[in-house]
Amino acid sequence: MIDFTLSDNDRDILEQIRREGLVARKHARYYDDHEEELPPMALPEAAEFPSLPERVLKRPTTDTGVATFGMLMGIARSWGDTVPLRFNRTALGNAALNAAGTPEQKERWGKTMLAMAITEPGCGSDSKAIKTTAKRDGDHWVLDGEKIFVTTGIRAEGVVVWATIDPSAGRAGIKSFVVMKGTPGFEITRKEKKLGIRSSDTAALSFTHCKIPRDHLLGGDENVPKQGSGGFRGVMKTFNMTRPGVAAGGIGKARASLDFTVEALEREGVRIDWERGRAARSAVEAKLIQMEADTEAATLATLRAAWLADVNSDNNLEASISKSKGGEVARSVPQGCIEVLGALGASRQYLLEKWLRDGRISDIYEGTGQIQRLIIARTIFGYTSEELS
Amino acid sequence: MISFELTESQAMVRDVVRGLAKNELRERARACDEASRCPEELLERSWQLGLVSAGIPEALGGGRAGENGEGGEPTTHAIVLEELGYGCASLGAMVMAPLQLVRPLLDFGTEAQKKEYLPLFTAERYRVASIALHEPWFGFDPSQLRTTAVRQGDHYVLRGEKHLVPMADRSSHFLVIARENEPGLSGLSAFIVPRDAPGLSVHGEIEQTIGFQAMPWGRLTLNDLRAPLAWRLGGEQGIDGRRLLASLRVGGAALCVGLARAVTELATSYAKERVAFGEPIAKKQAIAFMIADMHTEVESMRWLVWKAASELERGVDATRSSVIAQDYVARKTMKIADDGIQVFGGHGFIRDYPLELWFRNARVLTVHEGPVCV
Repeated sequence: MIDFTLSDNDRDILEQIRREGLVARKHARYYDDHEEELPPMALPEAAEFPSLPERVLKRPTTDTGVATFGMLMGIARSWGDTVPLRFNRTALGNAALNAAGTPEQKERWGKTMLAMAITEPGCGSDSKAIKTTAKRDGDHWVLDGEKIFVTTGIRAEGVVVWATIDPSAGRAGIKSFVVMKGTPGFEITRKEKKLGIRSSDTAALSFTHCKIPRDHLLGGDENVPKQGSGGFRGVMKTFNMTRPGVAAGGIGKARASLDFTVEALEREGVRIDWERGRAARSAVEAKLIQMEADTEAATLATLRAAWLADVNSDNNLEASISKSKGGEVARSVPQGCIEVLGALGASRQYLLEKWLRDGRISDIYEGTGQIQRLIIARTIFGYTSEELS
Repeated sequence: MISFELTESQAMVRDVVRGLAKNELRERARACDEASRCPEELLERSWQLGLVSAGIPEALGGGRAGENGEGGEPTTHAIVLEELGYGCASLGAMVMAPLQLVRPLLDFGTEAQKKEYLPLFTAERYRVASIALHEPWFGFDPSQLRTTAVRQGDHYVLRGEKHLVPMADRSSHFLVIARENEPGLSGLSAFIVPRDAPGLSVHGEIEQTIGFQAMPWGRLTLNDLRAPLAWRLGGEQGIDGRRLLASLRVGGAALCVGLARAVTELATSYAKERVAFGEPIAKKQAIAFMIADMHTEVESMRWLVWKAASELERGVDATRSSVIAQDYVARKTMKIADDGIQVFGGHGFIRDYPLELWFRNARVLTVHEGPVCV
């Protein structure tokens, strides 16, 4: 049955996340201004809030599916700030571990915070062009290469690195490897300075004759076919869940901007009259309604992508649809809100200008909006990536 | 619990209507548009599917088991309308036109009114009644109607002019929407006015619009029309104007989703066939991205419509969600119809191809608080 309602328990959880977010907002400006400092794993006020993960784990199965609800939690969290009340001990590398690791590997690194290193100075979305190599040396792999734009690369305890074991094999040669901090030859070369999401650390890494045990290859040693692209696909599948998640992050920024704008305008006596016809709407009303609609559309597209995962259906296409919509509103809505509010909307007295900067990345990382459109178009036309690139 | 799952019966009715839409409505859309007429037998054949009577309680001869308001009606309605829009929005609106009176009756009618009027729409033959909402002034706004209803003792006096009344040429009754109290949607009243009421003049089939050519739009003049209290929908209680308008917005938006989906499909197959510079134009990013966006928007707009419909179903105020759905769906449908023509290039402009017809229909359908009332 078509339904968009939430249980009282779920509404209560989201409400707590928003209360936590309001606390996080108090610290937002500081960590935006002091990019060189890593925010603590937990903000001082964290102790005032009951632990949510346990409560989320205990949700009844009759409530909204866990992936779908995860999107609502992601939107609510991002609505607060990029500085979380508590940092998760998982990062993107953990998602890869869960999608492609062997049971033994999941057991070994399940509690380790793992970043993910794909991008290189010479390639981003075109990940099959990566140059980092992994060469077998007895019971070891030897990694050589450079990685950039590694989210939480500084904070994480280890990193999942994409490298090719056979540059002539294209994407079939690409495998992922777990490298722990402190491994000789593995160095953090830089912490990036960014337009937004400054409290989230972004690292550049280098691997110089970096030797790791053979069983650090994600998916296990026996899974090293020269033919086929099972390994690559395995990791790409990770994106079917992380892309809606990134969309949710962007939507949170749009939602926060809109809420701020609607409240600010109401204080000035400007409010949307939902009953009046189109011709009677002021330009500001029309713009607000348009932004509300865009944000809601992106939200529902994201819930839909996650819901498909909840009911065990393929969501490759829908993940890209949601990411494309989420990235779009993260750019257009905070920007439109400043436009509506005038000069004070751009002031650093408020967080709105920060949300515009924070949201801008949503249409870039985890595949730009253009990459999402390529995936969508290939799926619709039934084309391979060679046929439409 | 958030779910995008259709019930079994919703999936069944969707498939049935999809068949009608593809095999009948789509096939005849061009001919009906050129002739400015919909063949009687098409309306009769569609009527036999029971789409209109499905919402009427069994006790009154319809197909709905259980109490009024049960059975997931607004979401099912949205699903049905999307399929009809996928066939041809114009013909689909004619097929569903009787619901213009039936649905408000189900929503707001007194028991006596339901008993009197609903059985009319469970008969063997197609029968229609229309909403008379629109008025001939630019920037039309339902919250500021100029048609008035003034209470005088045991009756009302209706005065005003209505236009773009769908199927006015053959409607047995008109649901005349008038302003009884102060401006705003809560000041609206509705009256079930029989065609032969003294004071009512019906000018059938006089208005032409850019699209929906097969639909005969008429004009009504209400010249101090005397309406007994029994005609006032909902009796003393009246109607919920916000709900009525929300419901009309959702209906129009649902037709749009189907229309946009059809245009996207047409553009997709054309782009794969049409070769330029040695390969299908679908392999050019400029075209591929356009079609990817069309597909993305069709999906997104459908969920907005479903959400608003589900609020109607739960009986909560769907004003905000329906305005949002209408705003989004109207913008994106027009863009998709427009881009569809662009994908077809010169052929998009030629009447031998479907796109120009879909474009014209989209323009009528995406008018806010538009004249297509389903």
